Amino acid sequence: MSNSRRMILAHFWLAFAGFGAALLLGAWQMFIRSPLSSWIGDPELYYRSVTAHGTTMAYVLPTLVAMGFGYFVAETALQRPLIGLRWAWLGFALAAVGTVTAVVPIALGRASVLYTFYPPMIGSAFYYIGVVLVVVGSWIWVALMSVNLYSWKRDNPGRPVPFAMFATVAGSYLWGWTAVGAALELLFQIIPVALGWRSTIDAGLARVFFSWTLHAIVYFWLMPTYIAYYTILPRAIGGRLYSDWMGRLAFILFLVVAMPIGAHHLFEDPQVGSGFKFVHSTFTALVSLPTLLTVFTICASVEIAARLRGGKGLLGWLGALPWDNPVMLGTAFSFIMLGFGGAGGLINMSYQLDATVHNTQWITGHFHLIFGGAIVIMYFVIAYDVWPHLTGRALASFGLMRLQLWTWFIGMIVVTFPWHYVGLLGMPRRMAYYDYNDPMLAGQAAPVIMSVIGGAILLVSGALFLIVLARGQRAPRIEPGTYRFSVAAHPPQRLPAALNGFGLWLALMVALTIVNYGFPIVHLMATPGTEVPAVLIGAG
Amino acid sequence: MSRHVDRWVTSSVAITAAIFVAAAIIGFALLPWGQPGHRFTGLWDAICSAAGLVRASPASEPVVQPGYQMTSVVVTPQMLSGASAESIGRGATLALRCTMCHGARGMSLANTPNLAGQDPIAIYKQLADFQTGARKNAIMAPVAVGLSDSDMRDLAAYYAYLPRVAAEASGPAGAPPQIVANGAPVRSVAPCGACHGTLDSKAGAGWLSGQPVVYLRAQLDAFASGARHNDIGEQMRNVARGLTHEEIGVAAEYYAKLQ
Repeated sequence: MSNSRRMILAHFWLAFAGFGAALLLGAWQMFIRSPLSSWIGDPELYYRSVTAHGTTMAYVLPTLVAMGFGYFVAETALQRPLIGLRWAWLGFALAAVGTVTAVVPIALGRASVLYTFYPPMIGSAFYYIGVVLVVVGSWIWVALMSVNLYSWKRDNPGRPVPFAMFATVAGSYLWGWTAVGAALELLFQIIPVALGWRSTIDAGLARVFFSWTLHAIVYFWLMPTYIAYYTILPRAIGGRLYSDWMGRLAFILFLVVAMPIGAHHLFEDPQVGSGFKFVHSTFTALVSLPTLLTVFTICASVEIAARLRGGKGLLGWLGALPWDNPVMLGTAFSFIMLGFGGAGGLINMSYQLDATVHNTQWITGHFHLIFGGAIVIMYFVIAYDVWPHLTGRALASFGLMRLQLWTWFIGMIVVTFPWHYVGLLGMPRRMAYYDYNDPMLAGQAAPVIMSVIGGAILLVSGALFLIVLARGQRAPRIEPGTYRFSVAAHPPQRLPAALNGFGLWLALMVALTIVNYGFPIVHLMATPGTEVPAVLIGAG
Repeated sequence: MSRHVDRWVTSSVAITAAIFVAAAIIGFALLPWGQPGHRFTGLWDAICSAAGLVRASPASEPVVQPGYQMTSVVVTPQMLSGASAESIGRGATLALRCTMCHGARGMSLANTPNLAGQDPIAIYKQLADFQTGARKNAIMAPVAVGLSDSDMRDLAAYYAYLPRVAAEASGPAGAPPQIVANGAPVRSVAPCGACHGTLDSKAGAGWLSGQPVVYLRAQLDAFASGARHNDIGEQMRNVARGLTHEEIGVAAEYYAKLQ
């Protein structure tokens, strides 16, 4: 195995090991707060678990998958060795050390502040420093993606950048810039208090900084999924990508409008003016455009494949698709979950409707359906697709893969649909226990029990996933051949510079950030008396 | 750059700017100004409001002040950390005048709070509140009135330094009752133990184990009636108002027995 393949596998294995542990915690949390269990004696244990689950699932898993898959794309799409392999190992080491540094204080109960930090709660400084290390490790990846792209462009002047690489670099730039918000919050607001240098914190300003990160981070999680839609699915089912241009436009739109929209996480926060909330809401509506473009392009690509396979009729071609192929199956599940989750998202981003669902289990249901469902199921698909090329060994348990994808899909629907429902009934999120004996809440007991069953199904599915990959590591050696990404129906010969580079779009991204965030941030920084005493959670 | 690129630049910038301007006009002017019954003095006032500017209330709306003295202490977790030996020593001398009620080493049978090992921030805050009149007590007010700020810090440091010893009434407290361990979530009552010991302790919240049951009951009743009101966020008044008499009794007895 080459050194670079080993490096990529290390990313995936660390990501999936963390995923397995965090999945176990998630299932436990659902059980312990359900009517099936008595009230937990010490709620701190519950919040400790929630912090570990969120930190691992939101920071460690997607960041490492994006990094590993990004390096894989850079090597295979550009068809040359990765520049900066040592740096990539350094980035991985930082992420690994950061993960351990963050998880140990959580396990000790010194940082039960939940992964979104929630100042003025302040936990152990090591927790935040660990998260910063993960982010710094990922910034090395951002830089390497850029270096590899521009080196290739210098050697191939005028040639279109391979689409997979273009999309990967777009995702890396989005992450590089969106992580700045949380980094500012951690470095200038939270860590000084956690280290005992200050005892008050401007919680409102800190939340504004976090919202800078909080929404676009979701699109960063989404990027490997969308890249897989465009560059893996059409090839895997024997078709063509309907439009290379449309794909590039979608990723560019994500880059520009995924960023300046985070205030929709602050709709109920008093420190941001209603005008800015409306502007952010407007741009949030726009971010549905690249998803709609993607749904159209991918459906068209799938139809091309189906008709090439002899499919006929208005919808009859659906039957001609290779449904036994895990990539096809996983993508279909992902689309269904994206559809429901996206519809819920449109409700969340509507300034007035959000008041109905704010801080209820609806929100928990929403982001589990989008992230845990639509996005993570494609991480499985990516792993299944690239594993033989990384390990040089066959991944042959197709039946197990299909079972795994089916159980993940069913489990996630069974988990999240009841959550949406009880959220509409007003069930708050982030609670360690609920009094189901109260007549007001008694009706929520049955849907909550349903969702616990869904959690158990997900646990089984997660275990199956790890079993499939582990079996792949021990399978007989094969020659997997050259890895190929999808080819467009009309591969571009020449592209306008705007669709082959990022200068214009990065400028727009930064400009929109300044316009949408500049005034609220400067205003809060300049307003005296906005600091509140910190509440130490295990940091004392 | 070719003309082709220029077209991408101009059109993308123009579309983005147009969307922003349209959203800004709607969000900053039309929506706030168009609200029926709005009370802005002009369009600019509406725009400033939508921008989130901190604005003084109109003169026609007088600020309602509470009819009592509020606490003036801003509690931060590290405010009294790292007390020096000198501070503790001065506190020991000052504490001589407290021994009549609070015992020679912070423990007594007088149904007054046992102060040995108490959270220093809690002691400091209560002394300051007695001094300003935010908390009223016929005995403590005259005692506290002559204390300087550093006197109060020294006293807090001294009592925090004393070892917690088992109170006379302490005994096997058993498992914490539900109101202490879980609170009453449907009534928005947080668990006592989340701030006052058993599960966790929070800055400024008194450590309740070994406190006299009479005292604990009296304070919860005083919070519930509003007679005691030096909890600046009304957190204790809200909790106490939501408790039944039975729950007050159970919690007080549990903490009184807890060592």
